[in-house]
Amino acid sequence: MDALITQLQRQFRDYTISLYQQGFLDDQFTELKKLQDDGSPDFVAEVLTLFFEDCVKLISNMARALDQTTGNVDYSKVGASVHQLKGSSSSVGAKRVKALCVSFKDYCDTQNFEGCVRCLQQVDIEYKTLKTKLQDLFNLEKQIIQAGGRVPQVDIN
Amino acid sequence: MALGGFSSELHVLAVDDSFVDRKVIERLLKISACKVTTVESGARALQYLGLDGPNGSSSALTILDKQDLKVNLIVTDYSMPGLTGYELLKKIKESSAFREIPVVIMSSENIQPRIEQCMIEGAEDFLLKPVKLADVKRLKELIMRVGEAKEGLTKSSSPKRILQNDIDSSPSSSSSSSSSQDVSSLDDDTPSSKRMKLEPKSS
Repeated sequence: MDALITQLQRQFRDYTISLYQQGFLDDQFTELKKLQDDGSPDFVAEVLTLFFEDCVKLISNMARALDQTTGNVDYSKVGASVHQLKGSSSSVGAKRVKALCVSFKDYCDTQNFEGCVRCLQQVDIEYKTLKTKLQDLFNLEKQIIQAGGRVPQVDIN
Repeated sequence: MALGGFSSELHVLAVDDSFVDRKVIERLLKISACKVTTVESGARALQYLGLDGPNGSSSALTILDKQDLKVNLIVTDYSMPGLTGYELLKKIKESSAFREIPVVIMSSENIQPRIEQCMIEGAEDFLLKPVKLADVKRLKELIMRVGEAKEGLTKSSSPKRILQNDIDSSPSSSSSSSSSQDVSSLDDDTPSSKRMKLEPKSS
């Protein structure tokens, strides 16, 4: 059982580090982990769940606002949703999503339709990618605990 | 640390329209041993405080009801639909019942004129989002020091900043001009780029 735990812990450590190195997560995610303890063991997962729900809602708002068939695009409406997504992605450490929001905001400000549509597609892909990766990470945590081990603290630096 | 007139825990009212941010700020405050009430708008905050009466006045009954839920600190996001954090700040400072409560503004945008505007209106501090544990710890210490100062001195109309310099004997606190709101270097974890400073240079 110990060999399994060690192996899982190593996988968890490597995977976590790769997520930071590939720019999916930044130090705000680390900050969130600090807020998790035995009293609130699922805090990070709960916040990320809320974040992904936010993504679905906001991206749908953006898509609706960018729909040209209903008339002229209201870029301030798009921008408002992008601003909110930028805020929540920043709060959870979703680094790539946040970076995309920065570009997206610029396209909104310059009323660049193609740019906005491109960003919308990219942000949709990006949050889904992150969601999958974090699911894998949380699954690893579960496996470690089920095997009787402790989830290691991963030092990113 | 003695808490002077405060009950054993600071009760913080956190105002933010983002569900994610509310959850995070709530946890940040709870882990820093604060009681927390979160609301999603300035209007709801005023309602909670009992300031949403016809003239913006509070009903005495509401205050009495809430004695045990007395708010010691208000932390609010700046950009919110409806009442902005700045407008909420103004309403609180206009109220005789609540103007003594410290108000802290949070924003994801580091806009100097905005910061100054809030400080001039009486905000205690301005936090750049995303808010970290170190920010909350620093804030809590500030609030408790301000509270102790009020307990120890007769209430005067001295501006808070002078009060802080008088009572603050901590060697790590800012010793620059009184316009500085960089309250502490107690926490060195926080990169200086995250700090709200009135002076353009960073320490």
